[in-house]
Amino acid sequence: MVNETTKISEQALIVENSPQNVVNTEDVQLDITMEQLKKLVSPRALTGETMLLNMGPQHPSTHGVLRLLLELDGETVINCIPDIGFLHTGIEKTAESKNFLKAIPLTDRTDYLAPMSNNLAFCGAVEKLVGIDVPQRAQYLRVILMELTRMNSHLVWLGTHALDIGAMSVFLYCMREREMILDVYEAVSGARMMSSFIRPGGLWRDVPANFGSLVQKILDVFPRRVGEYDKLLKDNPMWKERTVGVGKISAEDAIAWGMTGPCLRGSGVNYDVRKAAPYSSYDHFEFSVPLGTNGDVYDRYRCRLDEFEQSMSIIRQAMKKLTPGPVMTDDRKVAPPPKHEIAYSMESLIHHFKLWTEGFRAPEGEVYFAVESGKGEYGVLLSGDGSPKPRRVHMRAPSFNNLQPLGVMSQGCLLADLVAIIGSVDIVLGDVDR
Amino acid sequence: MGLIKDVLTKLPTGFATVLKTLKDKPVTVQYPEETRPMSARFRGRHHLKRYDDGLERCIGCSLCAAACPADAIYVEAAENTNEERYSPGERYSKTYEINMLRCIFCGYCEDACPTNAIVLESLEFPTGYTRESMIYKKDMLLESPPISVAATPQRTPPGKYDRPILPYPPIDTAE
Ligand code: SF4
Ligand code: SF4
Repeated sequence: MVNETTKISEQALIVENSPQNVVNTEDVQLDITMEQLKKLVSPRALTGETMLLNMGPQHPSTHGVLRLLLELDGETVINCIPDIGFLHTGIEKTAESKNFLKAIPLTDRTDYLAPMSNNLAFCGAVEKLVGIDVPQRAQYLRVILMELTRMNSHLVWLGTHALDIGAMSVFLYCMREREMILDVYEAVSGARMMSSFIRPGGLWRDVPANFGSLVQKILDVFPRRVGEYDKLLKDNPMWKERTVGVGKISAEDAIAWGMTGPCLRGSGVNYDVRKAAPYSSYDHFEFSVPLGTNGDVYDRYRCRLDEFEQSMSIIRQAMKKLTPGPVMTDDRKVAPPPKHEIAYSMESLIHHFKLWTEGFRAPEGEVYFAVESGKGEYGVLLSGDGSPKPRRVHMRAPSFNNLQPLGVMSQGCLLADLVAIIGSVDIVLGDVDR
Repeated sequence: MGLIKDVLTKLPTGFATVLKTLKDKPVTVQYPEETRPMSARFRGRHHLKRYDDGLERCIGCSLCAAACPADAIYVEAAENTNEERYSPGERYSKTYEINMLRCIFCGYCEDACPTNAIVLESLEFPTGYTRESMIYKKDMLLESPPISVAATPQRTPPGKYDRPILPYPPIDTAE
């Protein structure tokens, strides 16, 4: 296959026509054939009239190891081809060799800014496959944690997005607030990022005594802080100049490309998994889904900012509904017994050993379970084959689908706007590549 | 024109917001001189615990190694005798190693341990210059015995420790 693989440099075609336009030939190596390249870029690139430029994979504005192959006419983007896979960690494949419990820490590491959402998507799929009921208290706690996770994800997004466009203070403020959410994570799960807190059948443990006060602190402080972000950005003429009308995508296009979450809702499509297919008792809560109209960077920004308020309202409702009770199913075939039981109950001891060594078995079958994470629909397709390990795990990662239409959104925009567009899509490369 | 008006009216709101934070107390700490308190559940470095009489809790059952998603733990068990007793019951862990470079600090080992022997406590930062130094051996993990109690192995009267100590202090009712 070596002969077919062409290095751009070796193309006499390009070199002949405009030697001055060609980047140092030895550096640029594309593992694609000339035929494939011709389909990706416009004919003008092949004559050297437009410039091919690599943005990333080490570019600070591509939010991780994302490489964009750009075709530029001056500063105008003619084509933008996202090249992914630099952070491929094989999480889906690794999960096939672990039993269901051991696969949970892996899910933390896909979208590492919203670990609890991933946990819930995976555990929800396992619960659906095996048929486990989750106690009500655990469901409400999951809702609270999910909404905190959404805020966490949005805060990092807002901070980095604003930083990309040039607003430094927003980043600092967002990190300051995110710290409070991480404190809740730390209090409940013992880890600030890789929580692994949600387990098949419920939660790892009940929340500690100071959980209520920590959450209340967030609820007290946040409305004011979100107001601050609005003061800094909402009507800021410079911010609007950079975002309004930039990176537009129509509702049809957004649906066709499989976008979900705030990116889709920014184009005015009312689709939210929490409403469309409620999970974890989301139908017990009242909330609205903020929508945009233009599908540009500004509308996507507004959608996320408005979601803060909805998240806080859901958390308030859930805190009121919270009643004492178990947080883990009492089905000993899937949930390890409480530790003190194994001291006197032979049966518990057997269950304990069985669950921590082999794990529980899932029946033959295939399920799909989706949650609305901060970035969009995070779904897990799980296929069981009667053994304690999944036959196949697939994660439908929102970042992956939302990233794909980047070429559509950035057509004809300026190079500087591309940075704003990437930021507005809110990708996490761990989620894109899995 | 609209833009100029916007700049003159809207921008000062933003600047005022930033200026207002001048009166706020800093939220950062001067690490490492200052550290922030960690939650009681913090999953940091592992410790192997002992009973009050100095015997090790670990009975060498390898359940932690089986539960570890990262395959970071290696346990080799050996038999206790009354002359050389390490832990109550029949067996103890002769070798106990955790590869801190593999460990992801998920806490599964702590959950799986039937005697609450291995416990993740607040962070002492595991650092080292070589790969070998990051494989924590049993002597690095085992906590020292309570004051004025003999370390293991102990000489114990026959019959006293034939079975593991019951009941085990439960983790899940702690805190
Ligand atoms: S904390 Fe997790 S990864 Fe580390 S040794 Fe224990 S079970 Fe293994
Ligand atoms: S630490 Fe606990 S689980 Fe691991 S071998 Fe010792 S007793 Fe067994």
